[in-house]
Amino acid sequence: MSDIVAFNSVAEEAAPKAQVDRVVAGPRGRKPRRALSSRNIVIYGTLIVVALYYLLPLYVMVMTSLKGMPEIRLGNIFAPPLEITFEPWVKAWASACTGLNCDGLSRGFWNSVRITVPSTIVSIAIASVNGYALANWRFKGAELFFTILIVGAFIPYQVMIYPIVIVLREMGIYGTLTGLIIVHTIFGMPILTLLFRNYFAGLPEELFKAARVDGAGFWTIYFKIMLPMSLPIFVVAMILQVTGIWNDFLFGVVFTRPEYYPMTVQLNNIVNSVQGVKEYNVNMAATILTGAVPLFVYFVSGRLFVRGIAAGAVKG
Amino acid sequence: MAGYSEGSGRPNQWLRNLNAKIASVPMILTAVVIFLGGTIWTVVYSFTNSKLLPRLSFVGLDQYERLWDAPRWLVSVQNLAIYGIFSLIFSLVIGFVLAALMDQKIRFENTFRTIMLYPFALSFIVTGLVWQWLLNPEFGIQSVVRSLGWESFTFDPLYNSDIVIYGILIAALWQGTGLVMCLMLAGLRGIDEDIWKAARVDGIPMWKTYLFVVIPMMRGVFITTLVIIASGIVKVYDLVVAQTSGGPGIASEVPAKYVYDYMFQAQNLGQGFAASTMMLITVAIIIVPWAYLEFGGGRKRV
Amino acid sequence: MNLRSFAIALSAAVALPLSAANAADLEVTHWWTSGGEAAAVAELAKAFDATGNHWVDGAIAGSGGTARPIMISRITGGDPMGATQFNHGRQAEELVQSGLMRDLTDVATRENWKDIIKPASLLDSCTIDGKIYCAPVNIHSWQWLWLSNAAFKKAGVEVPKNWDEFVAAAPALEKAGIVPLAVGGQPWQAAGAFDVLMVAIAGKDTFQKVFGDKDEEVAAGPEIAKVFKAADDARRMSKGTNVQDWNQATNMVITGKAGGQIMGDWAQGEFALAGQKAGTDYTCLPGLGVNEIISTGGDAFYFPLLKDEEKSKAQEALASTLLDPKTQVAFNLKKGSLPVRGDVDLAAANDCMKKGLDILAKGNVIQGTDQLLSADSQKQKEDLFSEFFANPSITPEDAQKRFAEIIAAAE
Repeated sequence: MSDIVAFNSVAEEAAPKAQVDRVVAGPRGRKPRRALSSRNIVIYGTLIVVALYYLLPLYVMVMTSLKGMPEIRLGNIFAPPLEITFEPWVKAWASACTGLNCDGLSRGFWNSVRITVPSTIVSIAIASVNGYALANWRFKGAELFFTILIVGAFIPYQVMIYPIVIVLREMGIYGTLTGLIIVHTIFGMPILTLLFRNYFAGLPEELFKAARVDGAGFWTIYFKIMLPMSLPIFVVAMILQVTGIWNDFLFGVVFTRPEYYPMTVQLNNIVNSVQGVKEYNVNMAATILTGAVPLFVYFVSGRLFVRGIAAGAVKG
Repeated sequence: MAGYSEGSGRPNQWLRNLNAKIASVPMILTAVVIFLGGTIWTVVYSFTNSKLLPRLSFVGLDQYERLWDAPRWLVSVQNLAIYGIFSLIFSLVIGFVLAALMDQKIRFENTFRTIMLYPFALSFIVTGLVWQWLLNPEFGIQSVVRSLGWESFTFDPLYNSDIVIYGILIAALWQGTGLVMCLMLAGLRGIDEDIWKAARVDGIPMWKTYLFVVIPMMRGVFITTLVIIASGIVKVYDLVVAQTSGGPGIASEVPAKYVYDYMFQAQNLGQGFAASTMMLITVAIIIVPWAYLEFGGGRKRV
Repeated sequence: MNLRSFAIALSAAVALPLSAANAADLEVTHWWTSGGEAAAVAELAKAFDATGNHWVDGAIAGSGGTARPIMISRITGGDPMGATQFNHGRQAEELVQSGLMRDLTDVATRENWKDIIKPASLLDSCTIDGKIYCAPVNIHSWQWLWLSNAAFKKAGVEVPKNWDEFVAAAPALEKAGIVPLAVGGQPWQAAGAFDVLMVAIAGKDTFQKVFGDKDEEVAAGPEIAKVFKAADDARRMSKGTNVQDWNQATNMVITGKAGGQIMGDWAQGEFALAGQKAGTDYTCLPGLGVNEIISTGGDAFYFPLLKDEEKSKAQEALASTLLDPKTQVAFNLKKGSLPVRGDVDLAAANDCMKKGLDILAKGNVIQGTDQLLSADSQKQKEDLFSEFFANPSITPEDAQKRFAEIIAAAE
């Protein structure tokens, strides 16, 4: 809430003409001159325009999801709803149909959680150790494997479906949750490893050397020195993975059975199965509901992100 | 946890590397078995006439000849080039400029950052759907502007073969630039305050400091970002499917979609593998020498 | 999961075979998710559940292109479903040859499929090396022109009785702000419309020569040139459709925003769902009102080979349920398709379906392109025609040349 109040005051700062009208309102003394400098106008002006561009689709999505179908057919997608209805939300969550199953998105929600949480943790844990080994404990051949990994980031997922089906089948874990977690770990690995490697390489080398002199080993340095300094990069990695895994459709549906199908399968089914007329309001509500978890993670991790960066900045 | 057993004093060189090697086993397995193995497998089968299931009946270069004769593949390659170049430039420039603005000790940084990053939380299926709607001439931006009185206003990128790829670009940038901004911001925050102070004392203009001092120091971040953006470009598929399904006609087809459609809809694995091999070769020609210089060579990066 | 299937296997081993004759969950995958389709699937599920087994629905939206790789991965990955939809024809050939699919010959002989399934070509498509591997459930024909009576009324012209009249009426429709011919953006729609034009304009024999015998000279010849001329008309008439899905295009006809649509008989399910009546609200012209011939493609269910005894039994139960006369009637009425057996009573059928049944009874049928061409050639054709319909700069002559090349390369 305080953000909104504060936001208004920025809007005022950014519009110097408004000060004339404010004579009655407040103390004579204006805000410090600095706040009105052309530099700040440019900065905030740009940011606000950009923010509007980013918010426009969200606005349309929310407004549409609150309208009934007759109102949507009438036209203006930017107009706020005349009559607010939450029916599309209820329908998207609890009763939208795919084939014979009419229980909406709720069906896949816990599956998505069950897939995303372990996959995110495992993939980040492995990749961070990889990155650490590559940055601080180089061994012969490491660069070669790493290069292959980076090139692997460019392979379209679809191409790898058959080879991976074969590998998982031979391992006897095709169709299990474990198999899916491994697949997510594999495809998250290139980018995450790169991310961690570059981050660890950027930490001051003296810290590492000092620890070595003290006799600390591979894991001790990782847990006692590297981890505590790496909050921002873990947050970035988490954002990448939670988003990627939560929104994944292809792997979720190819490598598991229906009882593990994630929420995106239902989303795809809701959005793509057209029952006569496209129910845009239900589509939009389903969209927002599916995006809610990553969004929530962003809101929470946003603070961590700043704190992490602040902590990281102390390092110098 | 084996590291604890090393005890004090100078650890044995071999043991130290052993730990790093053990820790890297998952990476080595992934690189060799999945990526290298999968790639070789794909390339081998691209010389066969495999249909629904992979089969080793070789037909030489037939699949490649057909590939380069297909108008749809040529359109796809061209689209990817346009999309790739613009997407790369715009993502980097917009992302960096936004990050630089955010780094000016502004208020509500949290709010702005969340606003810019949230599109990234949505899946491509969703992004495609929303933008398909906003860009629909019948009830999207065009109709709204027209209803405001500008009757001749035309903005229908998704229904115009000549500019459809830019319509997809708009949606892609909307979704992707927030993350680039975040990465850049993380990089900027890693730059020492003293450098800024020194630059100010020397009277170097701000833009010069960014261009010649800060950006070179952010090399690692730029590389990470570049790989993320570029790999996303090569793999672009869902967004196109959700927005246009490759239409109008074949005007917005992309290579990854060609691969997928021919592998699974046309049930011609050989053709799909040939197309993906072409994609891989292109990527490899660009990436491998650079990656080896960048990551290999044994020098320590900052 | 393993524990559960182990338990089932155990109970199957303990119980006497006679008493264990039923009660298994069978997962059935399909891509029938539009309104009319889902209602039709519900009929199948109801009938199957009545046998004491349980239909576990595995619907995957987004048409066969999305669903098929999932089905194939599941089957080849060793975690197959109980039964799965494919368009019969050549899609599952290789899975059968790899020994992954179940032989249904026993059930088929027991229930006399050879005699009851009409036309016989449907069962032929299920037969590989003399064994039967799938259960056909319906006949879908492509050769229909659906017209909105309201749209023609608004334009002030008579509802056309054939393709030529329709083309002649197009300017009047356009003047009234109506798109004459709705063609959705999905590539298969444009390709399908062309096949329909070919049967109507060039006739059955030419169709058979081009797609059956893959005769490239005929494909490059004057008969097909006429078809491309007609396709050029259709292209002009479809300008401004601006929708993707077939049923959205159908919806344009239902609401009178479009004059007509060339689409298979499954469109009927959408008309029915919208509460429209054949004859009064919409008109259907089989064979575009020119050549009353219909193709007999359709859907079939395939059954992966399962180790589980109980489930294998349930597969048999499902196969025979699918061809049960009652199920056939209930399912096909909802789906808008024709039953695969000639001996069922479709008194409840509407005018359009009756027209179709008549033509079927007369034997004016051709095989569908799915049965004649490989998926690969079909896809190439789709690429060509979706480009042709969207891009007016491609001349009919150029398109025909590319078409002949595709036919020449087809197997």
